[in-house]
Amino acid sequence: MALLAYSIRRILMLIPVLVGMSIIVFSIIRAIPGDPALTILGEKATPQAIADIREALGLNNPWYIQYFDYMKDILSGNLGESLQTNAPISDEILPYLAATTELTIVSMLIAVFIGVNAGILSAWKQNSWFDYCAMLIALVGVSMPIFWLGLMEQWVFAQELKWLPSVGRDDSRNPVEAITHFYILDTMIAGSWDQLWEVIKHLILPGIALGTIPMAIIARITRSSMLEVMRADYVRTARAKGLAQFWVVYKHALKNAMIPVLTVIGLQIGLLLGGAVLTETIFGWPGVGRYIVTAIGNRDYPVIQSGILVIATIFVLINLLVDLLYAYIDPRIKYR
Amino acid sequence: MAQPQLQPQAPIKVKQEEVVSPWKDAWRTLRKNKLALVGFGIILFFIVVAVLAPWIAPYPYYEGQLVMKNKPPSEEHWFGTDYNGRDVFSRVIYGAQISLWVGTFSVIGSVLAGTLLGLLAGYYGRWIDTIISRLFDIMLAFPSILLAIAVVAILGPSLQNALIAIAIINIPTFGRLVRARVLSLKEEEFVMAARAIGMKNSRIIMQHILPNSLAPIIVTGTMGIATAIIEAAALGFLGLGAQAPEPEWGKMLADSRQYIQKAPWTVIFPGLSIMLTVLGFNLIGDGLRDALDPRMKS
Repeated sequence: MALLAYSIRRILMLIPVLVGMSIIVFSIIRAIPGDPALTILGEKATPQAIADIREALGLNNPWYIQYFDYMKDILSGNLGESLQTNAPISDEILPYLAATTELTIVSMLIAVFIGVNAGILSAWKQNSWFDYCAMLIALVGVSMPIFWLGLMEQWVFAQELKWLPSVGRDDSRNPVEAITHFYILDTMIAGSWDQLWEVIKHLILPGIALGTIPMAIIARITRSSMLEVMRADYVRTARAKGLAQFWVVYKHALKNAMIPVLTVIGLQIGLLLGGAVLTETIFGWPGVGRYIVTAIGNRDYPVIQSGILVIATIFVLINLLVDLLYAYIDPRIKYR
Repeated sequence: MAQPQLQPQAPIKVKQEEVVSPWKDAWRTLRKNKLALVGFGIILFFIVVAVLAPWIAPYPYYEGQLVMKNKPPSEEHWFGTDYNGRDVFSRVIYGAQISLWVGTFSVIGSVLAGTLLGLLAGYYGRWIDTIISRLFDIMLAFPSILLAIAVVAILGPSLQNALIAIAIINIPTFGRLVRARVLSLKEEEFVMAARAIGMKNSRIIMQHILPNSLAPIIVTGTMGIATAIIEAAALGFLGLGAQAPEPEWGKMLADSRQYIQKAPWTVIFPGLSIMLTVLGFNLIGDGLRDALDPRMKS
C-alpha cells in the first residue's frame, strides 16, 4: 500500500514539473531579444515574410493566448512544423528518436557490462595492479570530454586502422529498410544478417564514446559498494561454508551491492541523453541531438523547442521509472 | 600530625593537544592526499600558463601564415600548426585563459545565485520554498547541456552567453545543496539559541548558517568548475560558444576535426588540455571532499 501511495505522490509531483518545462520551452522563441521573426529570417527579410512568419508562429497574439494555444497543440500531440521542411515535427522526429534511443541503450549496456564487472574485479582483487589500472582509467574516464574521445576513436579506429565505420548508422550503399527505425530490430526482422553486422559495427565507436563517463562512474560506485558488502557478516559466512570465491562475489555480494549501483545507473541516463547531442554530432548519427543542433544552425525554432521538450520529457519519465523501481527494491524509501 | 607539606608541584607533563581549527585540520588531511596534490599541481600549472600567456606564447593566437598550414610539431612550433598556419601551442596557451575564466566565473555566478535562492528557500520555507524548489526541479528536469543549448538559442551563440548559460544551468545544484544545509542547520542548537536571544534573521544567516555551509559549497564548486569547463568546451564544439578566432579549446577541436588525419596534433593538444584541467579540478574536488566533510565521503 505504501508503495502505491508513494507512486501516486511521485506521479502527481510530475505535473508542476511538466508544466514548468513547457513554460521554459515555450519561452525559448519569445525570449529572444528583439524581434524573433527577424532573428529567424535574418536581416534581409522582406516585411511580408516577417509578417507571414509572425502569423505562422502566432507571435501577434498576447502571450497567454500563445501559451494556451501551445499547450493545446502539445497535448493533442502536435509539436508544430519545421520551418525548414514544413513537415510536422511529431512525424519527423520519430526516426531520430529511434536512432537516439538505440544509441543510448547500446552505450548503457556497454557502460553497465564493463563498469560493473571492472568494479567487481577491482573490489575482489583490491590493491592489485588490475585494481590500480581500472581505477586510474575510471578517474581519467570521468574527466574525459566525450567529444574529444569520439574524435580520437574516429581517427584511430576508423581513419587510420580502418576497422570500423566512422559515420552514420548503416552502410550507405546498402541502406537498411526502416520498419521500426530501430536498425538492430529492423535488420533482424528482415533477416539480413550482413546488414545487422554493419549496424552493430556502426554502433561500436559512438556507443563507447557515449558510454565512457557512465562506465567510469559505475565502475567506481560498484567497487566501493562491493568493498563495503564484502566485509559483511553474511559474506564471511558464505566464505566460511567453503563456497567458491566466484559465487561469493557474484551471487551473495553483488545482489546487495547493486542498490547504489542501480541509482547511479538511473542518474546516468540523463547524462547519456545530453551526451547524445555531442556524440551524434561527431559520428553523423541521425538522432534527436543532431536534429536539434542542425535546427539551431538553421534558426528553426519550432524544431529546437520540440526537440528539447521531447528529450526532457523522456528524461523525466525515466527518472520517474528509476525512482519507482528503487522504492520497490529498497522499501525504506517510501517512508521518507 | 604533621600536615603533609604542600610542595610546589612539578608541572604535569601533558602532551598538549594543539587546538586546530577545522580549516587547518582539513588542510593537513589534504596535504597528505597525493592525488589531490597532483590535481593542485595541474591546476597551478594551467593558471601560471594562463596568466603568463602574453609572455610565453611564441606567436599570436589569431593569425598565422598559410604557407605554414598543418605542419607537424617542430622546434619552431612545439604543437605544430593548424589549418590557418597558426601556432597550436600559442592557441592552447591562450585557450587556458578562456577555459579557466569561463569555468571559474560561471561557477561563481551559480554559487552566488544558488546560495541566495537556497538560503531563501531553506530559511524562510513555506511558499518561498515551494516556488524555489519547484523551479529547481524543473531546471533539473532537463539534461544540463540541453538547457544550456536552450539558453544559447535565446541569447545567441557567443563565449559570454555560453558562460551565462552554464552559470544558469548549474544554479539548482548549489541551490539544493545550500537549502538542504540550511534545513539541517536550522534545527541545530546554536541556531536556536541565536534566535532565542533575539538575533536578527540576517545576522543568523551571515554568522551561523553561511559559514557552516561553506565546506560543501567549496567541494561542489571545485567539481563544478570541472563540469563547467567541459560544458563550455562542448558548447564551443557545437558552435554555440566561443566564436572564431577565439582560441577556445572546444572550438579548436570543432574547427580542426576535418583535418584530423592530416594534422592530428591540432586535435590532440586542445583535447588533452581540456582533459587535464578537468582531471585537475576533479582531483582537487575529491581531495577537498575527503578533507572537509567526512560525511560526504563516498
